[in-house]
Amino acid sequence: MDLFEKLMKLDRRWIFLFLIVVCVLSYAIDFYVPILVEPESQKIYDYVENLEEGSIVLIAIDYDPNNMAELHPMTYAMVEHCWRKKVKVIFTSLSQNGPGMADQAIRDISDSLALDRTYNGVEFKGREIVNGVDYCFLGYKPYYALVILAMGQDFRLPFPSDYYGNPLDSLPMMVGTHNYGDVDLVVDVSGGNITDAWISYGQSRFNFTLALGLTGVMTAQYYPYLGSGQVHGIMGGLLGAAQYEQMCDNAGLAIDGMRIQLAAHVVIIFFIVMGNIGLLLERRRLKREGGI
Amino acid sequence: MDFGLYLWTTLGAFLTLAIFSFLYKDNPFYKIAEHLVVGVSAGYFAVILWHNGLSPNLFQRLNDGNWYFLWMDSTAPWYLIPAILGIMMYTRFSKKWAWVSRWPMALYIGIATGVAIPLEMGARVNRQLFAIMERSIDWANFFGVGGFNLLDTASGLSQLIVFVGAMAALIYFFFSKEHTGLFGATAKFGIWILMIGFGASFGYTVMARISLFINRIQYIDNNWLQNGLNTGITPIEGYHAGYAVIFWLVVLIVVGYIIREIMTYLKTKEKSA
Repeated sequence: MDLFEKLMKLDRRWIFLFLIVVCVLSYAIDFYVPILVEPESQKIYDYVENLEEGSIVLIAIDYDPNNMAELHPMTYAMVEHCWRKKVKVIFTSLSQNGPGMADQAIRDISDSLALDRTYNGVEFKGREIVNGVDYCFLGYKPYYALVILAMGQDFRLPFPSDYYGNPLDSLPMMVGTHNYGDVDLVVDVSGGNITDAWISYGQSRFNFTLALGLTGVMTAQYYPYLGSGQVHGIMGGLLGAAQYEQMCDNAGLAIDGMRIQLAAHVVIIFFIVMGNIGLLLERRRLKREGGI
Repeated sequence: MDFGLYLWTTLGAFLTLAIFSFLYKDNPFYKIAEHLVVGVSAGYFAVILWHNGLSPNLFQRLNDGNWYFLWMDSTAPWYLIPAILGIMMYTRFSKKWAWVSRWPMALYIGIATGVAIPLEMGARVNRQLFAIMERSIDWANFFGVGGFNLLDTASGLSQLIVFVGAMAALIYFFFSKEHTGLFGATAKFGIWILMIGFGASFGYTVMARISLFINRIQYIDNNWLQNGLNTGITPIEGYHAGYAVIFWLVVLIVVGYIIREIMTYLKTKEKSA
């Protein structure tokens, strides 16, 4: 039995074990991995970077904890970028398990912005992030398609009060902010088909600028919307989050994970190549023996 | 980190290991974690639905009426209509009365279809068709920004690839003519385009799955090991060495179970040999 034959008959659990060892080792050993920023992520960053102080961005946290690994770093990087630019943020969560994570993200980012820090050579004074002034968290409502349509008329229709029970009119940043027309950018960070609703019921109906933060599994299927101009930019998976973190000069969990991604991909590519060579050799052997 | 939080974090780490133990084989630890996820998700969803749906959208709107008058004396009694429609849905549990549920279902499907069809057609069919039809090749920026940049979606080359690729892929799905000659060759090119698309999806999927594992490694290290074993930057308030015992106990249970499974497997193999 040659090496390839042995590999073809290898128990898949050995491959899992090998992958786990490689991932843990590459996590333990800190080495630099260059991150190439793609134009579709760059466009989102540039858009936010060029927003004026006091502009409003709506960020929809439409994912569950099972997508947290890829999408939470995106949310953190993007919200921190907005608040550093003194851009106001309206949060909403159209996924039922999202509000808790959104609340956690708001608290964590508010804490990190309280410290003086330097990003891309620019010094930022720490400041307090105030509910109702810097952000408004609308919370969750069921039936996302109807909620998206209703928000196009007035945020107050589906959300008369915010997540914490304050009437929207009592929040300074919501005075005069009624619908998508008063918002400069809508970002859907999503791990499911809510993104389709944002494109069909939101962007195509109300014609606002829409950017997407998607899980890796979904990313390829949304590129046609980028080409048609319905979507302004896409951040795809952990790589998209790492690119945003790099542009913001705010290294977080996504950049930290890229060296593991690199090592894991090398292992997977190695096994795919070996498996294919083994398959071809097996076929040739069977052909020679008259099996096929 | 206080003791209570440390226990929760330990539970999180244990459940992470329990879920990943499925990679070896189905086992009781995995089953516990799996059932817990389903139960917690269902419970959480029920509470969220009550606080964000039923309570504010129905009961709070009727709350100026009296429940023993069935809220008929409320200032907004028309909210009882969706409530009745909602209750009608539950008649599905009775064979005799199941037909009643068709009325709210018909209303719901009718409204959803009416809203969806024009918007879906506009966004996902017409706009995509226009994007291909209106596309003119940008000869001035044919190779993209910076000389030769295939990642530049605005470059003429990218536009040409999208146009030719879309046409070839559509031709592959045209079955009214035999796939021979130039037509067949174009259809074959269409398959290649589709395969490249599936390959891109597969690559992203691999990245997504690895990302989930990375997140768990980061959790176990940052949230559990570094804090739990007091090796992190922030010392734990009231930390004592007993916490580490819990960690090693969990590790021992999982490792012990795996060793026992391996021994059983080897014994079975020996017997069958």
